[in-house]
Amino acid sequence: MQTYAIVGKNVPRNDAEAKARGAALYTDDLKLPGMLVGRILRSPVAHARIKHIDVSKALALPGVKCVITGEDTPKVKYGNWRLFPDTQDEYPLAVDKVRFIGDEVAAVAALDADAAAEALDLIEVEYEELPGLFDTGAATQEGAPVIHEYCPNNISVNRKIQYGDIDKGFSESDYIREDTFHVHAVSHAYLEPCSSLAQVDLDGRITLWTSTQTPYIVQCLLASTLGMRENDVRVIKPFVGGGFGGKMELRPFEFCAAFLAKKTGRPVKFTLNREEEFLTGRRRHAMTLHSKVGFKKDGTLMAKDLKIRLDGGAYNAMGPTATFLCGNFGAMLYRYPNYRFLGEHVYTNKPPASAMRGFGAPQSLYATEVQMNMAAEELGIDPVEIRLKNAQVTGDKIPDVATISSCAFKESIQKVAEMSDWKNKRKNLKPGQGIGIGCYSFISGGVFNWFNTQFPFSAAEIRAYADGTVHYLTMASDIGQGSDTVLKQILAEELGLRMEDIRITSADTAMTPQADLGSWGSRVTLMAGNAILDAAKKLKAQLFGAVSARFNLNVIYELECKDGRVQAKGRPEKGVSFGEAVAMVQKANRGEQVVVRGAYTPRDKGLVTPAFSFGAQVAEVEVDQETGVASVKQMWTAHDCGTVINPKSVEGQLNGSIQMGLGYALSEQFVMKDGQTLTTNFLDYKMPSALDMPPSKVVHIDSYEPEGPMGAKEAGEGLVSPTAPAIAHAVHDATGYWCKDLPITPEKILDGMKQNKK
Amino acid sequence: MKHQIRLNVNGDDYELLVDPWRTLNEVLREDLNLTGTKLGCGVGDCGACTVLVDGKSVSSCITLAVAVDGKKIETVEGLAASGEKLHPIQESFIEKGAIQCGFCTAGMEMSALYLLRKNPSPTEEEIREGLSGHLCRCTGYNQIVEAIADAADRMKTDRGKGVKP
Ligand code: FES
Ligand code: FES
Repeated sequence: MQTYAIVGKNVPRNDAEAKARGAALYTDDLKLPGMLVGRILRSPVAHARIKHIDVSKALALPGVKCVITGEDTPKVKYGNWRLFPDTQDEYPLAVDKVRFIGDEVAAVAALDADAAAEALDLIEVEYEELPGLFDTGAATQEGAPVIHEYCPNNISVNRKIQYGDIDKGFSESDYIREDTFHVHAVSHAYLEPCSSLAQVDLDGRITLWTSTQTPYIVQCLLASTLGMRENDVRVIKPFVGGGFGGKMELRPFEFCAAFLAKKTGRPVKFTLNREEEFLTGRRRHAMTLHSKVGFKKDGTLMAKDLKIRLDGGAYNAMGPTATFLCGNFGAMLYRYPNYRFLGEHVYTNKPPASAMRGFGAPQSLYATEVQMNMAAEELGIDPVEIRLKNAQVTGDKIPDVATISSCAFKESIQKVAEMSDWKNKRKNLKPGQGIGIGCYSFISGGVFNWFNTQFPFSAAEIRAYADGTVHYLTMASDIGQGSDTVLKQILAEELGLRMEDIRITSADTAMTPQADLGSWGSRVTLMAGNAILDAAKKLKAQLFGAVSARFNLNVIYELECKDGRVQAKGRPEKGVSFGEAVAMVQKANRGEQVVVRGAYTPRDKGLVTPAFSFGAQVAEVEVDQETGVASVKQMWTAHDCGTVINPKSVEGQLNGSIQMGLGYALSEQFVMKDGQTLTTNFLDYKMPSALDMPPSKVVHIDSYEPEGPMGAKEAGEGLVSPTAPAIAHAVHDATGYWCKDLPITPEKILDGMKQNKK
Repeated sequence: MKHQIRLNVNGDDYELLVDPWRTLNEVLREDLNLTGTKLGCGVGDCGACTVLVDGKSVSSCITLAVAVDGKKIETVEGLAASGEKLHPIQESFIEKGAIQCGFCTAGMEMSALYLLRKNPSPTEEEIREGLSGHLCRCTGYNQIVEAIADAADRMKTDRGKGVKP
């Protein structure tokens, strides 16, 4: 294994001190002279035509500067799937129709928050109510009301994948099972409520500071909805308090801030409150998954037929990608010689679901993994053994879709079994105790260009200085996951510099190189990392040329950037400091600044991703036989994320994933009634606290991803998937109850135990 | 009608005119520009807005400014007393990887301060108890718990040298 000076080390995050001091500025911390406060009026009904809006009373309120409705706007639809304009189904403010409780109807800008809130009460909207559709069954019934005119059957996207011969696969199977799973919607629940601040400069250009994971996407879609040129919109991402997929689209308040700033000539800030976040914020898709799998007696997988329906809510959002990915994740982890997938994205009159950590994987893999454990039990095979028998390995192909270029899945399964003492534990459990396993695979960014970007997927610029420092510019977005630090580590390693020698400017669309698609789908480390290495390679070529000339080096010499020097390999005396080498290049170019650019776009990598990560997790659970309350006693995880760039960061991601996975499995859910979200605060929406977290042990399996920067690939997103199936398995082990309908609540467990007794 | 109040925030005296419904969180963030204290929920559920009032930890989002008239307020900005040198709690949070997005951090640190003044050698269970009013969506809490245990050790060493926590 290669040894590194900085990569693989627990370098403290470069933003940690500012955050520890309370000095890191998030969007809502920003204030500009003359700034107005914005608020949004939302629909109180789930499905209705807007007959009339009267804003006159609101406008007359002292302190109110402007009120807008959809009619005042350019009425341009938007959506992330620019490649297929049909799918762009959202207006920043409702035009003619509202489609969910919380849909944005009007916006105000006022001198202060009190006036803005009062103004909302004074806007009069007359609705003609239409029947609401609150689940995918109702929405797909013959003759159901139509939510979007362009889509008469309310199924906005369908995706098919098929390979092998599914019928033959099943006919050759000794054991076939079919199950239907329901998985529920959950909230990203990032701690920072969304916020945007817009300012118009003297030339009429817009600057938007916003809590986003995707500044470039916001820039482009904001420009199109405002009818402006892209370069006339500048999006800056300040510190962001978490995203998890919930901040990766243009959002109405971003548009409203910019539009109202244009109209009033004053800066306008919108900050959502937590109730709005829960009521109308994006969420993870609820799904119904119907899965049929066939095995040979010895546990060999023969075929899988997976049909899913996503409850998309009122708009597409990132639903098309989630649909697509569900099908891909359905074919991951194990070798399915014959596979068929049909995914349908269905409109309902509920808040739109979208991308959320795992992006289709938590749902798809819940079905895969629970079913695998069910099958293992019925076939009388140890769940670990049946997995090892079918596990994907390096070099495996999913026909026409992907090739797995590195895979330490088997090693992960073996390791987690060893760490958890799987075999002994299973034999020696007391009543009410259980142990279970779940696995995951995940992508390192997507290769499918749904946004139809005309730029590289990621780009980097390095400016080098004679004082031995560099300035690294990237549009990649640190939203709390620590990507700025990881990218700096990669660059420092490559250039033989220290972390403090690198200044970073990230995620400002007017200053950093076009473009980067943002932070989602675990794309940053691999894509921005490769872009940076591309730039660094070009810089090194220039520095090596200068040093080679200066020392009259034989052409066969290898050169290196190491310990702040540029030198013949292992020969510090035949070299100069990094800064001197930069000065030499600059002199040779008659003073011109040393600037290089790099880029990365995955090519020839199938339809899904350039690299897959893998892992396995074991949960030990205790179920109170009286109350049905399940508590997780311990988690063990072994995973393959390629080269670990920053172990502490990866560990932090893992712990955070377990918190989210635990909530998904046991406690978090949106309670809805007729399209109304009832869980609108953290008391009702139950996220695990410090007291709920089980002790957890983790091992990173040593592996190397050829497509990744220094061998790295995804870490921390996929890990959100195995927790729920592992817990479900452990609960079954403890009680006999199989949960096919998340979350696993005490009532369901007690019910399940009763059923078993009968 | 606005009320006149006096606050001592991190050692600095302020005299302010505030509406009776304004919260301490609003006054700190909007009037005093002390934006290190965050607002995660506004209704007392998440702990992101935690500050100390006369040494007790409170949720500033549900505390009215008029109710703390004349009191001593400590916020995250006052943790590193001299400005330059970090407080041991901050050092531990940084080193142990307890900070990801950082939005819960200020509140967590203030509760840690409250806890460690009261109980200089907390057990892991006591630390978790102490954090039970705080939510974090990024870290899974474990590294925060570790950081607070580590800070307890550092503060004991400091106390030995006569530094007040
Ligand atoms: S913001 Fe005060 S407790 Fe959440
Ligand atoms: S670090 Fe993000 S919420 Fe705690």
